[in-house]
Amino acid sequence: MEFFRTPGEAYSHIAGEIDSVFIFITLVGLFFFVITQGCLIYFAIKYRRDKLDPNAETPYITDNKLLETIWIVIPSILILAIFTYGFLVFRDFRNSPAGAEEINVTASQWLYKFKYPDGRTQVNEVHVPVNKPVKFIMTATDVIHGFYLPDFRVKQDILPGAYTTLWVQPKLTGSFIILCTQYCGVGHSTMRAQMIVMKQEEYDAWARHEGAEAAGAVSHADKGHEIMEQSGCLSCHTVDGTPKIGPTFKGLYNRKTSLSDGSMVVADEDYIKESIFDPGARIVKGFQPIMPTYKGTLKDEDITAIIAYIKMLK
Amino acid sequence: MRDATAHTATDDRGYLTEKGFWSWAATLDHKRIGVMYFYTTFLFFLVGGLLALVVRLELMTPGPSLISDHAYDVLFTMHGNMMIFLFIIPAIPSALGNFFIPMMVGARDVAFPRLNLAGYWIFVAGVIVVMASLVQPMDTGWTFYTPYSAKTGAAVTTISFGIFLVGMSSIVTGLNFIVTIHRLRAPGLTWFRLPLFIWAMYATSIIQVLATPVVGVTFLLLAAERLLGVGFFDPAKGGDPLLFQHFFWFYSHPVVYVMILPAMGIITEIIPVFSRKPIFGYKAIAFSSLAIAFIGFLVWGHHMFVSGMSNTASVIFSFLTFFVAVPTGIKVFNWIATLYKGAIFLASPMIYALTFIFLFIIGGLTGPFLGALATNVPLHDTYFLVAHFHYTIMGGTVMGYFAGLYYWFPKMTGRMVNEKVAKIAWAFIFVGFNITFFTMFILGLMGMPRRYAEYLPQQQGLNILATVGSWILAVGVLIMVVNFIRDLFHGVQAPSNPWYSQTLEWQTTSPPATENFEEIPVVTKWPYSYGKREKDER
Amino acid sequence: MDEVTVQEISETKNHSPNQAVETAKLGIWCFLATEVLLFGALFTAYTIFRVSDPRMFLTEHLKLNRIFGAVNTIVLICSSLSVALGIAAIRQGKQRMLRICLILTLVLAATFLGVKYAEYSEHIARGELPGTNNFFSLYYMMTGLHAIHVCGGMAALGTMLVMAYRGKFSAEYNTPVEITGLYWHFVDLVWIYLFPLLYLIG
Repeated sequence: MEFFRTPGEAYSHIAGEIDSVFIFITLVGLFFFVITQGCLIYFAIKYRRDKLDPNAETPYITDNKLLETIWIVIPSILILAIFTYGFLVFRDFRNSPAGAEEINVTASQWLYKFKYPDGRTQVNEVHVPVNKPVKFIMTATDVIHGFYLPDFRVKQDILPGAYTTLWVQPKLTGSFIILCTQYCGVGHSTMRAQMIVMKQEEYDAWARHEGAEAAGAVSHADKGHEIMEQSGCLSCHTVDGTPKIGPTFKGLYNRKTSLSDGSMVVADEDYIKESIFDPGARIVKGFQPIMPTYKGTLKDEDITAIIAYIKMLK
Repeated sequence: MRDATAHTATDDRGYLTEKGFWSWAATLDHKRIGVMYFYTTFLFFLVGGLLALVVRLELMTPGPSLISDHAYDVLFTMHGNMMIFLFIIPAIPSALGNFFIPMMVGARDVAFPRLNLAGYWIFVAGVIVVMASLVQPMDTGWTFYTPYSAKTGAAVTTISFGIFLVGMSSIVTGLNFIVTIHRLRAPGLTWFRLPLFIWAMYATSIIQVLATPVVGVTFLLLAAERLLGVGFFDPAKGGDPLLFQHFFWFYSHPVVYVMILPAMGIITEIIPVFSRKPIFGYKAIAFSSLAIAFIGFLVWGHHMFVSGMSNTASVIFSFLTFFVAVPTGIKVFNWIATLYKGAIFLASPMIYALTFIFLFIIGGLTGPFLGALATNVPLHDTYFLVAHFHYTIMGGTVMGYFAGLYYWFPKMTGRMVNEKVAKIAWAFIFVGFNITFFTMFILGLMGMPRRYAEYLPQQQGLNILATVGSWILAVGVLIMVVNFIRDLFHGVQAPSNPWYSQTLEWQTTSPPATENFEEIPVVTKWPYSYGKREKDER
Repeated sequence: MDEVTVQEISETKNHSPNQAVETAKLGIWCFLATEVLLFGALFTAYTIFRVSDPRMFLTEHLKLNRIFGAVNTIVLICSSLSVALGIAAIRQGKQRMLRICLILTLVLAATFLGVKYAEYSEHIARGELPGTNNFFSLYYMMTGLHAIHVCGGMAALGTMLVMAYRGKFSAEYNTPVEITGLYWHFVDLVWIYLFPLLYLIG
């Protein structure tokens, strides 16, 4: 975290872009700063008198159409430029690239639990390979938390009862701090994690080593499949593409789906979770509203595993 | 309009003559009500400031040293609550607005004097209830985000009712001012002959009346969640914690314009008087106040770009946010243009007015970093944000408030302020303020989040620097306050118009009589006919 | 040009005979604007939850007592009528008629509150509480806030009645009654929105 010594570009491409927007805004700001403060200080000194003179003969200037037009038009153009540049870069980093490795994050007072695709979990520490995009899919168990990687210039609040995401593609190895940025109680300022970026070979070795140690750990997706079989989902849903009593899970994730009321929905994490806990809320067109709810039977972490499995059914 | 004649100081104490507790507690005189609001709100400025000093003391070390992390959380929460709800929102409107709006429009009082008195006591009731919440002190931050504020053991329900009452006082004040400005203007005082402080207060009052009810409901719903299990903000009940944020910021963004517009109005009064020049661009400034009030209602989502709000909403809010820069810029350029070829006299009111412009420009220019989507992401909820809002609220509104206090001190008290001591106080305040808060921009860029009782060791140096700055700032405020108290009792007697100003409040005695004017004035021109050529301006 | 013109004086409207009345009216309209925003926030919450969970509204709204709701709607409309008749009466100087109408309005307002008490009791007995689900949260919050405003209105009407008995009002001076009436119409209007939104539509 050495903002002035290491520019964002060294950490990730996005961080570099964000820094560029920052520099642009700084330059525009400096331009206005110099003009306004310069005139302010210059006039205050140059036109200074040593007493308050009610008979002072100052010129009676109440407007100047040209000047007023200039100082409406030029700032408008410049601030629109700032907005546009900020928007374009934002658009670049808001949506994760395809193929990003997905790591689930569960925040609670006052720690971060990371869960890898293969089912391993770590607390307050996450390992990722360098030069690959990684996407954090995050939820909280209690209150709103934050997830801030200052070196990478990215941040996202973590909400209870919903999923938010954040992705990075680190360009260099090292250990980078993750800070909580949404006040969450007395442990707010000590709730920290480390993102450890490793070279690919080291990362693979670490994963194997960790995997060997956590031999009993079932992969996230495998766990999801297991839960599905035990919960009776497969009595009504297939995984091979054929519709049954309910829609098929094959290709479901992020599929644009028509609903019975005529509207469209993208079957993302939130929709899948809703369909399990509140199945009557949004019915897929052509199917009956007869699915029972699993609220109380399945837990949030079960849902996360199910989602991981569904994602594999392409 | 009569020229400023009655220049001699008198012994007559005017509205201050009558003594006794009930002559104050049951007064219908807008000036006395203004004075009572002044003392009540200034008390919380000082207490809130003390809390800040303790916060900064603790922050000299990265880990806990003086106080526990929980105590720290309470301190920054109450610092925010006191400063925002009990000081900065009511201060200029209820203290200076109450005192001067009727006088500046040539009236004997506000439209509803008894409602005005009721508003003050509702404010006091709110203060008492807020203080009662200290039995289980608040640790939520002044923004009270759910679910934390719904779950914490602090007396959130109590403080919610207190803030509701304080909000009612704000609505009452705004309503009174709107009706006063519409209906009680002296003969001939057409809209475009009004002082620009009145335009600013008019825009402010509209915001107070329209926005405050929403935060009232927000706190009611928070109390309902805690007391009755109402689940609008509870995801387990199908509610949405982001709904709280939307409701909260729907008020709390416009309220920053309630904070800044009156201060801008004060600056717009002081600059022409102390430059002996007409204000540049009267109509532009008048309409820009209304524009800022209007646009201010449309941009609340810019506090929520990383909250989980949709990308589309974020883009729209960011776009709209930038529009507020245009009317704000117009004011700044117009003030500076007024200085051009003026005859500038650097008495304390003018020094603070120029300080306002200087510091507000810095605060304002750091806004785009937060309004632009890409840069908001790393900077939100860091010390960069803390610095931005302290530059605009303290460097802006508070400096403008001080400017108004110095400007109107002779009128309110009948005494002059000791200029030499005032300038010494200013020097401490200016230097201390910048050291404290400019440092915070850098801390934010280094990634230090806000509301942090403990921080990373490499940030300690700058934290110590900011704390030292806070001591210098505190010394300045102390000198200023002592100076005011001393001048209140022993200051040189003030003439009725020491600044040769043309607005109506100066065309009567200092301090004014209870009924303000012997005869209601008749107004034939605008109050900015300074300088060589005086023209009628319609 | 140091004289003020007749047009400027009329524009500033100072010291005109109508000034106090117009001032009071502007005041009450500003106050009603704040009330629109106050209830508006709750109507916004209603809209948001209705859109996100229409089925909850569908099933839960049937649990409300439409008879009670309809009775209360008629009661409030009649009370608006009675206060309007009272104002019409005092404009013609009819003191007794004003008092009768104010009493009638107060009785109707009390009836409204009585019915609401019965309704709430019914719901509480069945375990339908503010925390039960978001529909009932909305129901209680919106009708509760409205009922508080009815109480406030009764206090104002009661004050008007006392002042009427003391002979304070006349054909020339009846502004307080008029602005109380305006407030009361607003309270009625809010209920006219609440009733269909909560009780009727599925």
